[in-house]
Amino acid sequence: MNFDFSDEQKLLQKTARDFLQEHSPLAVCRRVLESDDELYAEDLWSGAAEMGWQGAAIPEEFGGAGFGYLELVLIAEEMGRALAPIPFGSSVYLATEAILAAGGDEQKKRCLPELASGRWIGALALAERPGRPDPARIETRLEGGRLTGTKRAVPDAAAANRAVVLAAAPEGPALALVDLDGEGVSREVLASLDPSRPGATLRFDAAPAEPLGPAGGGWEILERVLRRAAVLQAFEQLGGAARALEITRDFTLGRYAFGRPIASFQALKHRLADVYVAVELARSNCFYGAWALEQEAPELGEAACSARVSATDAFELATTEMIQMHGGVGYTWEYDCHLFYRRAKWLAASLGGAADWRDRLVGELTAGGGA
Amino acid sequence: MDFNDTSEEAAFRAEARAFLEAHVAPLEPGQRASFETEDPQTVEAAQHWQALKKDNGWACLTWPVEYGGRGARPIESVIWNQEEARFRVPPNIFGIGIGMLGPTLMAHGTPEQRERYLQKMARGDEIWCQLFSEPGAGSDLAGLQTSAVRDGGDWRINGQKIWTSGAHFCRWGMIVTRTDPTAEKHDGLTYFIVDMKAPGVEIRPIRQINGGANFNQVFFSDVRVPDANRVDAVGNGWRVSMTTLLNERASVGGAGGGGLGVRDLIRLAGQLEIDGRPALEDSHVRQRIADFYVRLRGVQHTGNRTLTALSRGQTPGPEASISKLVTAPLAQQLASFAIELQSLAGGEMAASGFQDGYLGSPGMRIAAGTDEILRNILAERVLGLPREPRMDKGIPFKDIPTGTA
Repeated sequence: MNFDFSDEQKLLQKTARDFLQEHSPLAVCRRVLESDDELYAEDLWSGAAEMGWQGAAIPEEFGGAGFGYLELVLIAEEMGRALAPIPFGSSVYLATEAILAAGGDEQKKRCLPELASGRWIGALALAERPGRPDPARIETRLEGGRLTGTKRAVPDAAAANRAVVLAAAPEGPALALVDLDGEGVSREVLASLDPSRPGATLRFDAAPAEPLGPAGGGWEILERVLRRAAVLQAFEQLGGAARALEITRDFTLGRYAFGRPIASFQALKHRLADVYVAVELARSNCFYGAWALEQEAPELGEAACSARVSATDAFELATTEMIQMHGGVGYTWEYDCHLFYRRAKWLAASLGGAADWRDRLVGELTAGGGA
Repeated sequence: MDFNDTSEEAAFRAEARAFLEAHVAPLEPGQRASFETEDPQTVEAAQHWQALKKDNGWACLTWPVEYGGRGARPIESVIWNQEEARFRVPPNIFGIGIGMLGPTLMAHGTPEQRERYLQKMARGDEIWCQLFSEPGAGSDLAGLQTSAVRDGGDWRINGQKIWTSGAHFCRWGMIVTRTDPTAEKHDGLTYFIVDMKAPGVEIRPIRQINGGANFNQVFFSDVRVPDANRVDAVGNGWRVSMTTLLNERASVGGAGGGGLGVRDLIRLAGQLEIDGRPALEDSHVRQRIADFYVRLRGVQHTGNRTLTALSRGQTPGPEASISKLVTAPLAQQLASFAIELQSLAGGEMAASGFQDGYLGSPGMRIAAGTDEILRNILAERVLGLPREPRMDKGIPFKDIPTGTA
């Protein structure tokens, strides 16, 4: 039994933590969050690319660092701890994964080096209305290499310059790759629940688009990409939850009421213990997800759902308790609690909420009648 | 990252399996080796199996060889338990002795005590019970009031212990008593080995809410114990008790939830209907099932992290202590939800196994550390949070209010 990361992988994680502590303190997240025109931390983005992180899971033949997924998940965990205000998840877990999953050899050779270097920032454009996406209700059309339609609340789309778009082709659902700075594309930056990761509405009016993968097979590819991204993003959520717990613990130790640290009251101790338990359950489920992702195991579906659900729950619990235990100051703009609180719910929404993934999990558990 | 044994572990597993296959029948898939009662026949069968294991080097795996063990690594003990669980073997009624009391004697007993008791304990020839809790001392164990008073070369014990598993078939017990009520609470305690067949020991079973009787009350009326049966120094009982409880956590930590699980709930939901459709298609039902599943899987994978530490010869981290805190309340919630799904039929005991589970699960949340004590342990030892201020420090025990006579 070796259910842990290797020493080399842990060293890489330590390097990532050190780098992010220096280049992405919470003040950087706050800077982007408070800015009207800084859509992401460009210096941090290019620094990460120099570390090879955007290309961590991209094979070397396509310009990546070729580390692998057990390395990428640990980088993701550190991104989450740091609340890094860069579109890492959308570009790396979604757009890059979509091209890795569905791109032809020529597309991979052309696109992946751009993504690995950070010159391309990718996003995944899925939703057209509130509620869970449905393959039978896609209104965006892909015909003759042109895309027409509107995608709403596209995560990180304010910063992105490429998007993988779910559209309806004559053969059925399809994925298409679009240059967001090209003709026929307009975007409206949205006020985001987490303004350190601003999204956008994307409008396509006969925009040039290249198909990604077989027409009619877009939904299956999307499902595959979402499963993989769920594991990666779960590690981000895990990192954020663990950091929120640490900050809250330290605050309760230093805050005195009724003549003693508030951390000595069982009313808080027991709830902090519950947060700790939630974080550790999430960590264990994430480990399993990482194993399944790296092995391309048949268990990936179940493992991804479990990691996603428990990490989403842990991050939300950790951040709601963070504000509550800070008391009044936790509700102020000045304290950092809201940065975590916003990020937790934004990450939960950005791949579809925990309820969607719970439902998906039961589907995985009962598929083939094998309960 | 992989789930495979090391070559050394694989060889150990194969050896264990070969012994088991030679002596006991494997369980059919889904079958449980359940024994409802601890009647004399079951106890005898358990003793027979334990002796066979001992005589072949498969008992008390982690004990040193000189005391009757195998000197095995903790991971090998886990592998043995995994393998043994696949066979139809009698219940393990020796866990308290072998897991907790034996190691206590090794750490605190005299050479004569170790010589006299450990081999017989290992072989199951003599079964042991633990006499710690009292009506007035549960989570706050040091509040115990059972007294031991010197009487010539002996001690006389008077008082009442409770929640004693297996007292009726045990030969020996380990008891912690108060020998000095004028000392501070934790200073006036002394630890003894007590003969459960001695005059003045009276055992009464306690009937639980599920109708079972796994525990007893044990009354002591002028029970004489020779000073040779004292474990460690007079007044050192608290420290000895801590050794016992530390080993309790080590042996309980790996335990699974037991009882009916989430797969059983899925099966049930596949058979029931809500508004003419399978309950398994109902959104609310799916949400609850997923919630249970994710938490149970989290515990299971946390167990794999613990095994990894053991496999590397490391001490497991604090994550090992969350298992019971998650699984015990979850077993209760899961049973409650399953009964709810059965609607009107849910009130019938025979409707499913979940009714029994509902009545059994509250006990799991209390035994071997209540949910609340476990949260305190995590908060204090893992998160480093301060203890609550106490009212029972710096004064003689006799001046502390107890709420019991």
